[in-house]
Amino acid sequence: MSDSVETAAVAAPVPTGQSGTVVRSTVMRRLIRNPMGIASLVILGSIALLAIFAPVLAPFEENFANITKTLAPADSVNILGTDSAGRDTWSRLLFGAQLTLLSAMLCAGVAIAIGLPAGLIAGYYAGKFEAVSNWVVSILMSLPGLIVLLTIRAAFGPSVWISMIAFGVLISPSYFRLTRTAVQSVRNELYVDAARVSGLSDWSIIARHIFSVIRAPIIIQTAAIAGVAIAIQSGLEFLGLGDPTKATWGVMLSEGFKNVYLTPTLLFWPALAMALTIGGLVLLGNAIRDALEDGEKIRHRKKRATLEGTTAAPAAGRPSRKAVAAVDAGTEHHLVKVTNLGVGYPQADGSVKKVVDDVSFHVDRGEILGIVGESGSGKSQTAFSILGLLPDNARIVGGAIQFDGSYTVAPGEERVNQDRLSKLRGKRISYIPQEPMSNLDPAFTIGYQLVTPMVRVLGISKEEARKRALKLLTDVGIVNPERTFSAYPHEVSGGMAQRVLIAGAISCEPDLVIADEPTTALDVTVQADVLDLLRELQQRLNIGIILVTHNFGVVADLCDRVAVMQNGRLVEEGSVRDILRNPKEQYTQTLLASMLEGKTPMSMLVSSQKEPVA
Amino acid sequence: MSTTQNAPLLTVDNLFVEYPSKKFRAKPFRALTDINITIGQGETLGLVGESGSGKTTLGRAVLGLAPVTGGKITFEGTDISHASRKQRRTLSRDLQVVFQDPYTSLNPALEIGDILAEPLGVQGMEPAAAKKRVKELLDQVGLPSDAIHRLPREFSGGQRQRVAIARALALSPKLIVCDEPVSALDLSTQARVLDLFLQIQKDTGVSYLFVSHDLDVVRHISHRVAVMYHGEIVEQGPAEVVTRDPEHPYTQRLLLASPVPDPDRQEQRRADRHRLLESQRHQIEQAGALA
Repeated sequence: MSDSVETAAVAAPVPTGQSGTVVRSTVMRRLIRNPMGIASLVILGSIALLAIFAPVLAPFEENFANITKTLAPADSVNILGTDSAGRDTWSRLLFGAQLTLLSAMLCAGVAIAIGLPAGLIAGYYAGKFEAVSNWVVSILMSLPGLIVLLTIRAAFGPSVWISMIAFGVLISPSYFRLTRTAVQSVRNELYVDAARVSGLSDWSIIARHIFSVIRAPIIIQTAAIAGVAIAIQSGLEFLGLGDPTKATWGVMLSEGFKNVYLTPTLLFWPALAMALTIGGLVLLGNAIRDALEDGEKIRHRKKRATLEGTTAAPAAGRPSRKAVAAVDAGTEHHLVKVTNLGVGYPQADGSVKKVVDDVSFHVDRGEILGIVGESGSGKSQTAFSILGLLPDNARIVGGAIQFDGSYTVAPGEERVNQDRLSKLRGKRISYIPQEPMSNLDPAFTIGYQLVTPMVRVLGISKEEARKRALKLLTDVGIVNPERTFSAYPHEVSGGMAQRVLIAGAISCEPDLVIADEPTTALDVTVQADVLDLLRELQQRLNIGIILVTHNFGVVADLCDRVAVMQNGRLVEEGSVRDILRNPKEQYTQTLLASMLEGKTPMSMLVSSQKEPVA
Repeated sequence: MSTTQNAPLLTVDNLFVEYPSKKFRAKPFRALTDINITIGQGETLGLVGESGSGKTTLGRAVLGLAPVTGGKITFEGTDISHASRKQRRTLSRDLQVVFQDPYTSLNPALEIGDILAEPLGVQGMEPAAAKKRVKELLDQVGLPSDAIHRLPREFSGGQRQRVAIARALALSPKLIVCDEPVSALDLSTQARVLDLFLQIQKDTGVSYLFVSHDLDVVRHISHRVAVMYHGEIVEQGPAEVVTRDPEHPYTQRLLLASPVPDPDRQEQRRADRHRLLESQRHQIEQAGALA
């Protein structure tokens, strides 16, 4: 088996265009491409440079006072004017930047030094350490921060450093909680288990596998914390609790406020510096977060462009919204007829990635059609386009869908018409999903979730709907319907939940049921029961079913006809006996050859076609 | 008993696994009850059962990832029921794992080469030698050698599972615990991965503890099969016997519940299943009447 083995199944429509670069560099590149990111980086970078080179750039010492020139307006010597003691505002702003940024870094550093290791240990080992540290964190968080800072100032004097260390300790729980939650979410990942089996020490596991998960959130958090630290520190100084011998933005703000009627600009400059720094930090945090979320923004913008491009040409599709074209004569009797359907997703580069291409089939009343294919074959996308539940960015790129003699997607339309479909969905077309548990809302009882749609769709009273729901639960083979009716989803098993969903699907007496892998998540014995139930219901109610599955056994059990899909195309369609016994297409033959039933145990399954791995 | 004459590679005697309950002073949850299995050199023991039957827990107990509260796990004559991390590090040369989900069993932030080199590094192999071994491994599982510098997300499910198998093979182990290794894969991919497992066993003589919910898969790959139900092994024996002519009522139900890919034979099987369920219900009623 060479590299062609796996790619054969993936093949054409899936672009393998992902570059093999390391994550960090792409995040950095995305950050720079984001206007918000580059702006915040430029602002913070220049403020940092000004702070670093303050001694060189400042024309005066921070406390050099020219008593003869107090509260002076800007001139060529004091470019931003002077304060009430005749000190140069520009110089003080530069030295203030130095001190303010350093103290913010100190605060964040202290908070990280305490919160990060504690969070790592608590998250990874849990147990007693976690319990104790949670207590400590709760105490720290219940302390009134400002009062503690005032007390510390009273005890230790007006030092910026001491108050920032104290604030770092007070704010460390935010790092602790962030880290602990992130670690807990990966602690039981299989790759951590695999590392344990390999005999890696705990510290190697934390360093290699766990730290990478918390790196990004920590950076974002630090940007926010640094902003808060600057605000708190300046707030304290504004109240007059700062060190008057040091130039900081807070001290300058306080000084400006005292002279606000005489020289309002004294207040303006430190406020502007703080606003730029804190704003820059917040924007940087947001930009990093956006950069980590796979560049959603870029894709959206380009999509709109391609959309306008494609809608311009077949404008004929638009007016047909009001007067829907009549379906082709002689096809009205089909319950569902899909003609040359194509579904695509517009891509960032302007092309459209087709996931369903030229698919045609029909289903009649009382008939079960199986759509078989592997993951990525487009079988679910086909089913969803009949239901009108495609994602917002999906486009119908060709063909039509008709239901009971009228179009739900007329030829030339590029979206599923929700007006027409919402009248059908739930009432005449219903859906059985793959994952029963995730399709029931855990916050509501099963009864409520069955009754509400019936009241809405059928317009019957709640009491009547309740009676019908209980009858339906009995019909789907639930022994104690009353108890299931009042139970919450977590109180029933997976098989039971699937029965409930089937009851929901038939509750409004549909003509067509679309079942997307309805038994894949269930145990084999439960699967057999659910298949029995589907068959019995289908025969009793004479409904049409489209059964999407990957399992030929399920197909053989239920279906009348089968359509085989591969890479978005319909490979072969026919009666279940023809397809399963005499498949004509190579792909169907390969799929059936992969079935284990009836094979000699321990024999090679695909080696007849390809050389096995040496 | 086992077909091998020599001492078995892995022996599990009267194993109990219990998870402490979250509630204060509540009874612990018993996941495994009195498990006895053996695996010989080059042998595959298939472990089949439904979700919650404890089959995965048994695999994890052997790997030291589940709390052993009673009984003994012996690997090559050494008791490993409560092996320390240091012992595990030595043990990892001979005892490895392939997990079910190829999406979460590989660290998304590490390149394939780093993932494969990890177990080698733990055993103190030089980076240059490790790199050479990684290339061999990629070749062995049928992946291109440029996969070294790619990230897991660039591969399909089947390819990722190959990476996971390559990681398990890195130290040439004697036993690999395979926890549902083909359940998340497509049919044709499943067939190729099963072929790979068989080929590797043929080439290296490795033993498998092969956990699966699919009787067909277990029949195909195993020499012997053990059936688990509610934390106990209800039936154990040669694969052909257990998977074609089972004795225990649960295994009988399991066999007839799995559908066959032919409408007429499936109809037959369905009828057989209904008859079996009927007769079993009858037996239970009779037993109830007697008692």
